[in-house]
Amino acid sequence: MQKTLSESKRCSPITVKSLPVRSNHGPAALQSPSNRAEQRSCPQWRRANMALMELASLEKSLGFKKANKYSTQGNNKSVQFDPGGDRKSMQRDEEGRYLEMLQQTPILQSNKGAPLIGLVTIASHLVQEAAQPELLGRTAEQRAVVRQWLEYRVTQLDGCPKEDIRSILKELNQYLEDKVYLAGSDFTLADILLYYGVHHIMADLSVQEKEQHMNLSRWFDHIQHYPGIRQHLPLVVVLRNRLYTGGHH
Amino acid sequence: MKLFVSDGNPHCLKVLAVAELTGVKCDICHASDDERLVPFLSHPVRPVLLLPCGQHLFKANPICLYFLEVSGRDVCDLTSQWLEWEAAELQVYLTFHCVPAFDVHLFLVDKLQCVARWFEQVNALPVCQTVAQRVQQQKSLESLKRFLQKQPLPPARCRNAPLCNRAEEDAEREMTDEEIQAAGATWSRGLADRPTPAERRHPILPQEGKRNVLITSALPYVNNVPHLGNIIGCVLSADVFARYGRLRGWNALFVCGTDEYGTATENKAREEGLSPQEICDKYHAVHASIYKWFQIDFDHFGRTTTEKQTEIAQDIFWRLYDRGFLIPDTVDQLHCENCQRFLADRFVEGICPNCRYPEARGDQCDKCGRLINAVELKDPQCKVCKRTPVVRSSAHLFLDLPKLESQLEQWLEQSMSTGNWTSNARHITRSWLRDGLKPRCITRDLRWGTPVPHPDFSGKVFYVWFDAPIGYLSITASYTDEWEKWWKNPEKVELYNFMAKDNVPFHSVVFPCSLLGAQDNYTLVSNLIATEYLNYEDTKFSKSRGVGVFGDMAKDTDIPSDVWRFYLLYLRPEGQDSAFSWADMALKNNSELLNNLGNFINRAGMFASKFFEGRVPQMELQQEDKRLLAQVGFELRQYIQLLDRVRIRDALKCILNISRHGNQYIQVNEPWKKIKGGDEDRLRAGTVTGVSVNVACLLSAMLRPYMPAVSATIREQLCAPANCADAMFQGAGSFVCTLPAGHRIGTISPLFQKLEAEQIESLKRRFGGQQVSARRFSFLGGLPTSANPERAKQLLQEVAEQGDRVRALKAQKAEKTLITAEVAKLLQLKKQLAAAEGKNPEPSPQKGKKK
Repeated sequence: MQKTLSESKRCSPITVKSLPVRSNHGPAALQSPSNRAEQRSCPQWRRANMALMELASLEKSLGFKKANKYSTQGNNKSVQFDPGGDRKSMQRDEEGRYLEMLQQTPILQSNKGAPLIGLVTIASHLVQEAAQPELLGRTAEQRAVVRQWLEYRVTQLDGCPKEDIRSILKELNQYLEDKVYLAGSDFTLADILLYYGVHHIMADLSVQEKEQHMNLSRWFDHIQHYPGIRQHLPLVVVLRNRLYTGGHH
Repeated sequence: MKLFVSDGNPHCLKVLAVAELTGVKCDICHASDDERLVPFLSHPVRPVLLLPCGQHLFKANPICLYFLEVSGRDVCDLTSQWLEWEAAELQVYLTFHCVPAFDVHLFLVDKLQCVARWFEQVNALPVCQTVAQRVQQQKSLESLKRFLQKQPLPPARCRNAPLCNRAEEDAEREMTDEEIQAAGATWSRGLADRPTPAERRHPILPQEGKRNVLITSALPYVNNVPHLGNIIGCVLSADVFARYGRLRGWNALFVCGTDEYGTATENKAREEGLSPQEICDKYHAVHASIYKWFQIDFDHFGRTTTEKQTEIAQDIFWRLYDRGFLIPDTVDQLHCENCQRFLADRFVEGICPNCRYPEARGDQCDKCGRLINAVELKDPQCKVCKRTPVVRSSAHLFLDLPKLESQLEQWLEQSMSTGNWTSNARHITRSWLRDGLKPRCITRDLRWGTPVPHPDFSGKVFYVWFDAPIGYLSITASYTDEWEKWWKNPEKVELYNFMAKDNVPFHSVVFPCSLLGAQDNYTLVSNLIATEYLNYEDTKFSKSRGVGVFGDMAKDTDIPSDVWRFYLLYLRPEGQDSAFSWADMALKNNSELLNNLGNFINRAGMFASKFFEGRVPQMELQQEDKRLLAQVGFELRQYIQLLDRVRIRDALKCILNISRHGNQYIQVNEPWKKIKGGDEDRLRAGTVTGVSVNVACLLSAMLRPYMPAVSATIREQLCAPANCADAMFQGAGSFVCTLPAGHRIGTISPLFQKLEAEQIESLKRRFGGQQVSARRFSFLGGLPTSANPERAKQLLQEVAEQGDRVRALKAQKAEKTLITAEVAKLLQLKKQLAAAEGKNPEPSPQKGKKK
């Protein structure tokens, strides 16, 4: 029933130029000099990796044969990303700091015009390129819902302070109570990006906490098993049977 | 379609602008900012668009784009890019708050050469003007800007604010004249001739006409050394409440003990080469000494491996059995033919069927965390003899929870509505009931447990979760033969259970079902107090990784037990998780204890002893003094109200508020200057000193549940009468003059010590996962870091032998290099020995050889 994403139409890779980050036009010019990133303890390149890794994974899911190259912006120097490199260090050695992680804004320069900036924008663009517009929603309403959750991902979820994670989990859990996917009954880009976004949180939850957020866990497990989606991320174990017996020993 | 907006909200502005621009028809409703419109969001947001399909859109940009789309306009990549940037970057900056209102006109992006020009252009568009007017009635850009700057940050960004400012806010409360006069009147009532409270006499039994409060804290499992989270979660919280109850004159009994049965004990015993009973004896003593150090004042600290436990558990079992609440069923289990036993839970290891981890246990895989049915393990192995077990079916008994469900619900409704249940306890319990109860297996094929008395199930024991809560009863029974006066007396006894939230379902559902089913008029829990989790410096406490402070280490930190208690209670995870942090502990010690509380009490006492020959001076109260009395009285009543509702952390703030008021009072009145003045000034200095000393005396009483040693020291220093706490804690609480003029006080000395930054840094290093690397190192070098008596013994022997060898070489005048090499070996061994004895493996500084 589920069509593997990569089975659908393949498309040619986009040629890429590297982008001088501080361009004189576009959002970069408006950015405040006191960059958020500098206030965080996490090394910059690693933060950048988060978003870029996701985009690389998304490309694979969408069936791009050749990876695009990306850079990021946010600080004085641009960071190039090599999708094969240093994944290991991304893993749990930084558990704590994961939570503080803020994303650096990724940039994609295609040969068709101005560079595209921003995770959601690039991801939506990639979906269009891959000729799978249904991933952005089938109706105007659905598209609005998808956009809303994409924005939720970058505004609420990313860089969310540790003490707010619970309320986010709660919100998502409650929202998903009567839904298979974020946009109702269709799998969309919102599911993919939100899955990437909550992965590090889910990976840190105890069995019991996952059980408390049953709807979210169910959705998460579903998405991570959706063909072609998981890519670079490790599988998070979600139990299907309720236990809550191991509370004591 | 309905669009909900609120006044002055810039996000609403842009939505309205787009609605205007596109002409999309929708009902616009004004709703106040704090009304929650989207059911699943935890904070109210605006704007909200209710779509025809019933879904809510709660983000302004998607709403805008939706309007654009339904009105037939294209949304290009560039538009979406700008909106993303606006949402993710721009809204973060407060100073830019006036901009998002207008960035909807993204079709103008190509004209954007400089912000100002764009802004003007956009602002000049009629559509914006109309909308801006509609939202806030003012056209001028400047006023809009000012208006917006006054707006609170959007909720998503201002949530870092401290949680509970209630106490501080109330502290600033203005006192009315009546309150001030009343406080003065109360004060002058004095101690009168209140009888000295009676000493606690064991055994404590319920008394007619008294409030009989039975307090339990979750039984700690015997083979784990408790960490700070365990301590604050149950025993320390329960201790504060029990001490408070005694102070209030309630007839309180506080029992606890170690939970000792179960597979974990059996395995631990095998590892250490002891019998399970010996293991329990050993660790029970460890627990008892830790709690003693933390000054946990149990009326009785017992254990579950007693005759009484067997007796009471079996009695409850038979009652349940006779009334048909136990149902037999067979379960497939692994059986080791060689050891002649079923391999429950942790007695079997094999390959995890899910992740192929080779050392998965019979109940759960350590690698993937999944719960496993032991028969599903691939290549299972008996943990004892390493042979392959066979599958056999085994009969077990299940507690029929579904049959008891309606009774349970009825009782829960009554208990929750009259008693004190923390919201997490209510919530967890409700969610269990909502999901429907299922029969729960209460027997196990084990040896170390309470035997099941039924002949058909001989050789089996009770499952710990059936057994352990019965420990409360049996521990009370070991304390007094008349235990039934507490446990079968629901009309006269109020039962308070303290625990961390993971224990809630067993106390609110499973155990009450056992007792309800047994139909023996048991006392059921009326107040269930559950804490959230305490983390350690942003991570979890972890024994295996050596992260965090464990009960037995706290005393090695040279920080007094009272300070530990204070800090743990200060951040007691009430309502939400909290985190232990060394830096914060030092800060709280230095600012709250030393500079605030300690400073006030010390000053008050010092003035009395220095200026008034150690006597409480004559006092003549003026309005200002009475105002302080009113403020203090208010905090005292707050404190009592909060503690009556077991809000332990919040009540602690009241104490700190009082000393803050006191410090201010002294600061403003400057008794140290006035003492040098004329008669009137001297009287004023006397009054201020006298009032302050009395406030200090009140503080000693209020501190008693939290910091018993400090409280006792203050009382001693002030020579406070024994009945003073009793007098002030009556009813709603009243602040009376307990140290009248002429009262002689003792020697005053400082109560607290500063925690220095270096000290804290070194403690942080010592407990903060440095142990992890040490442990890894030990893996390579065979250097155990945690205390290991076996190894220590062996090493002691080796050190002695090596020492002999070195001495022999020296005696033979062997080559220097040879001697050096052997000495190095000796030092290495000594280091290992120190580690094995649990001492710091740092080598002690080399002593000079020359004498």
